Amino acid sequence: MEKLLEILAELHPEVDFETTEDLIDDGILDSLDIVSLVAAIDTEFDVTVPAEEIIPENFNSAKALFALITKLDEE
Amino acid sequence: MKKRILITVCALLITCLLLGLLQALVVPKYISNPEGLLVGEYYAEAGEHDVVFIGDCEVYETFIPAYLWEKHGISSYVRGSAQQLTWQSYYLLEDTLRYEKPKAVVFNVLALKYGEPQNEAYNRMTLDGMKWSKTKIDAIRASMTEDESFVDYVFPLLRFHSRITELEKNDFKYMFKDKKVSHSGYLMQKNIVPMESADATEGRELLDYTLPKNSMDYLEKMRALCEQNGVELILIKSPTNSWGYWWYDEWDEQVREYATEKQLTYYNLIPETENIGIDYTTDTYDKGVHLNVYGAEKTTDYFGKILKEKHGLGDVTHSDAHIAAWGARVEEYKKERNS
Amino acid sequence: MLFTSYGFIAFLAIMFAVYFLAPKKWQWVTLLIGSYVFYAFAGLEYLVFILFTTVSAYVISRLLKSALDKENGYIEKSRDTLSKEERKAYRAKAKKKRFHILLWGLVLNFGVLAVLKYTAFAVHNVNGVLSLFGREGLTVPSLLLPMGISFYTFQTMGYLIDVYRAKAEVEKNPAKLALFVSFFPQLVQGPISRFSDLGAQLTAPHKFETKTFTFGLQRILWGYFKKLVIADRVLVAMNTMLDAPEDFKGVYVLLLILLYSIQIYADFTGGIDITIGIAEAMGIKLAENFDRPFSSRSTKEYWRRWHITMGTWFKDYIFTPLSVTAPVMKLNKFLSGKIGRRAASKTVAYIASGVTWFLTGLWHGAGWNFIVWGLLNCLVIIVSEALEPTYNKFHDRFPRLTSSAAYGKFMAVRTFLLMGLIRSLDCYRNVGVTFTMWGSMFTFKGIGSLFSGGIFELGLGLTDFIIILVGVCVVYAISNMHAKGSVRERLWQRPVLSAALCVTLFLAVIMLGAYGAGYDASQFIYNQF
Repeated sequence: MEKLLEILAELHPEVDFETTEDLIDDGILDSLDIVSLVAAIDTEFDVTVPAEEIIPENFNSAKALFALITKLDEE
Repeated sequence: MKKRILITVCALLITCLLLGLLQALVVPKYISNPEGLLVGEYYAEAGEHDVVFIGDCEVYETFIPAYLWEKHGISSYVRGSAQQLTWQSYYLLEDTLRYEKPKAVVFNVLALKYGEPQNEAYNRMTLDGMKWSKTKIDAIRASMTEDESFVDYVFPLLRFHSRITELEKNDFKYMFKDKKVSHSGYLMQKNIVPMESADATEGRELLDYTLPKNSMDYLEKMRALCEQNGVELILIKSPTNSWGYWWYDEWDEQVREYATEKQLTYYNLIPETENIGIDYTTDTYDKGVHLNVYGAEKTTDYFGKILKEKHGLGDVTHSDAHIAAWGARVEEYKKERNS
Repeated sequence: MLFTSYGFIAFLAIMFAVYFLAPKKWQWVTLLIGSYVFYAFAGLEYLVFILFTTVSAYVISRLLKSALDKENGYIEKSRDTLSKEERKAYRAKAKKKRFHILLWGLVLNFGVLAVLKYTAFAVHNVNGVLSLFGREGLTVPSLLLPMGISFYTFQTMGYLIDVYRAKAEVEKNPAKLALFVSFFPQLVQGPISRFSDLGAQLTAPHKFETKTFTFGLQRILWGYFKKLVIADRVLVAMNTMLDAPEDFKGVYVLLLILLYSIQIYADFTGGIDITIGIAEAMGIKLAENFDRPFSSRSTKEYWRRWHITMGTWFKDYIFTPLSVTAPVMKLNKFLSGKIGRRAASKTVAYIASGVTWFLTGLWHGAGWNFIVWGLLNCLVIIVSEALEPTYNKFHDRFPRLTSSAAYGKFMAVRTFLLMGLIRSLDCYRNVGVTFTMWGSMFTFKGIGSLFSGGIFELGLGLTDFIIILVGVCVVYAISNMHAKGSVRERLWQRPVLSAALCVTLFLAVIMLGAYGAGYDASQFIYNQF
């Protein structure tokens, strides 16, 4: 989780990712950020996020994103 | 819920009412081209006529019922309209026979040259005036050009709606009652525009002189219908003949053959021009295409004699009411002619 | 059958009656039959193509589903015996297999679309190249293009991909799938629906509800108003200018851009209103396709609010997978070593955008103008993205100005004009002509003639322009009101007002709609016979 927050902070230092819950719906993360994120997750966690998981539900909060990473890693 | 249904029903009724009013407002009133009103005027006079003339402009600018009555005591009506196609003539005949059985029907043959629907505006002028009946439905179906649709005839509003932005005083004046324009189907023209020699020459050469099968078929249907109803069918060609509307000898031949085969009488009045006494310097209003009232009177008189002598139409006895009604029509005719 | 034909109105009336009179169990069947009747009117031969798509999608989706079930079953069974790595390896292998099945479906269907829609375009271009070498060209084939093929192919392929991704249930009844593919209101122009949104709704029974039915009819009427009163009237002037573009340069180009913006908005959103309204009347909720696009402040925002279902389709099925697919990820990693993480991701995202917009352009039509149109949109988005830091600086420097309402309006107008400019490519249908016209816009050509009466020589009179203007104002007002909550919902509380407005709107459509043969009834008045 720490590592993920670091990655996120690198993208948008001004956002408090621990509490924000509408990253996509509020337009904080755009498609470019998503591409960066997916690439970073791939490098840092060795987890490939498939296209079908790139949906608002999974990217709206750091918590949800972390849950996704865990789930993908577990499968 | 009850209230909603009530409101909906009211809204629908109001919509229908408004649509009706708007339709009355936007349909053409045919003030500058009164030909459009001819077909509809028949119903006010429908009843007993000795003769009914059917055809295109060559009947409603050639035969004057009021004059025919005055000169020869024959009562008649002209059921003609602008560029009335043969199938339209057939259906108008069918329509007429729903109201009366004349002794004879006179059909002018010029329109036989058209085998296909021609023009929406002419269709409208012929068909919109007809009262609704199966005959009218058939007439519309037979007449529509490719771009027309039947719905537009049922609800003319749909066709003429865009006139809402270009309404004129007459659209309000004649919203509920059309202007009366004809004398028993005759449309009076008093102008004189003499024919010039260039107009009197033969029309351009055609590729094919065969009269279209479609129109000949309707002519045959007309004949059969007359036979069924015990009405004599007489074919004529009006005396006018000019460059743009030439009556070719080849066509004449075909009509003559048909008439002989079916034992009908066919009068081509073109060669009779001199006998009739037509003078194309004074008797036409558009360089010889149509006759004006002076030419029409001469022709009516001439043809009246034929009807009387050859077709026994002189001996019909008329009721007093009939005679009185015709007296009034003659007066009305004279009033306009001499005004 | 066009939405604006008498035949369609009659068809719709019969469809509604049959749908609500049929036993609940068979409602969806009447809808399927209706859809096929509707499609058959466009051309019997087209049925072959839509059937092909349906059958192939059915077979492939069933195969995908059984492969997925097998895969999940195996994983479940062997959860304890296999290590995490082994499980992952199995998953990857199985997924690859499923992908191959999917690929069959995509290649077959996009193949048909490509051949029918793009062969002529491809041959034209090949001929262009051949003529450079002095060779003779190939004959351009004339293939038939089934109605709505772009829309139903995309919708159905979306379904296949969703089944592959395990995001949609598989439809076991082929007839029900056939209805999803062919649902008649959206065949002609979308919206492109998701199976997970629409599939179950289509086949569920729907009781007649006065309120939803009324709402549906109101929306249909509103759609006809936009289409017939505004769009088709504007079209008259546009056609005059497009028939001889060289006569209408300079300020006329600006006029055309403005008119086309009005026309396409009224026509497209109106058509979608009719579509959504028809579905709504039957109790089926379709996805919205527009969200007041002309008040967007940037191109990016505009494309989130205009033709939404198409935008999401391209995003979900082209852009996203493209930007995270294995080779692209590799490229991303490689680049981040050289130019940094952020820049690498940017590069990758830009490339993916470029491809997506190229395809979006191509989807709109087989022609260079459409491709250039797509790429220009992409360029604008990328440039504004790249300039964002600069903008932000400007915004920070003048916070009072940039947060004012007027500045927001300015941005919206700017976006509107920019989008209109790019959109004019599909007016002129020719890249060279369009660029010439854009060039001429910066001259003062045409101003004199336009204002000395030229504007009334485009086929529209003063009354027409007034009707357009009033129509646009009405649409703008209603759309603004709707943004603050459903207008129809508010009207429902006031039935008399609602009825009065509906009657007025209906009469406006009938009387002011630009429909009918030739749309010129004046010939009956002024012609001399």
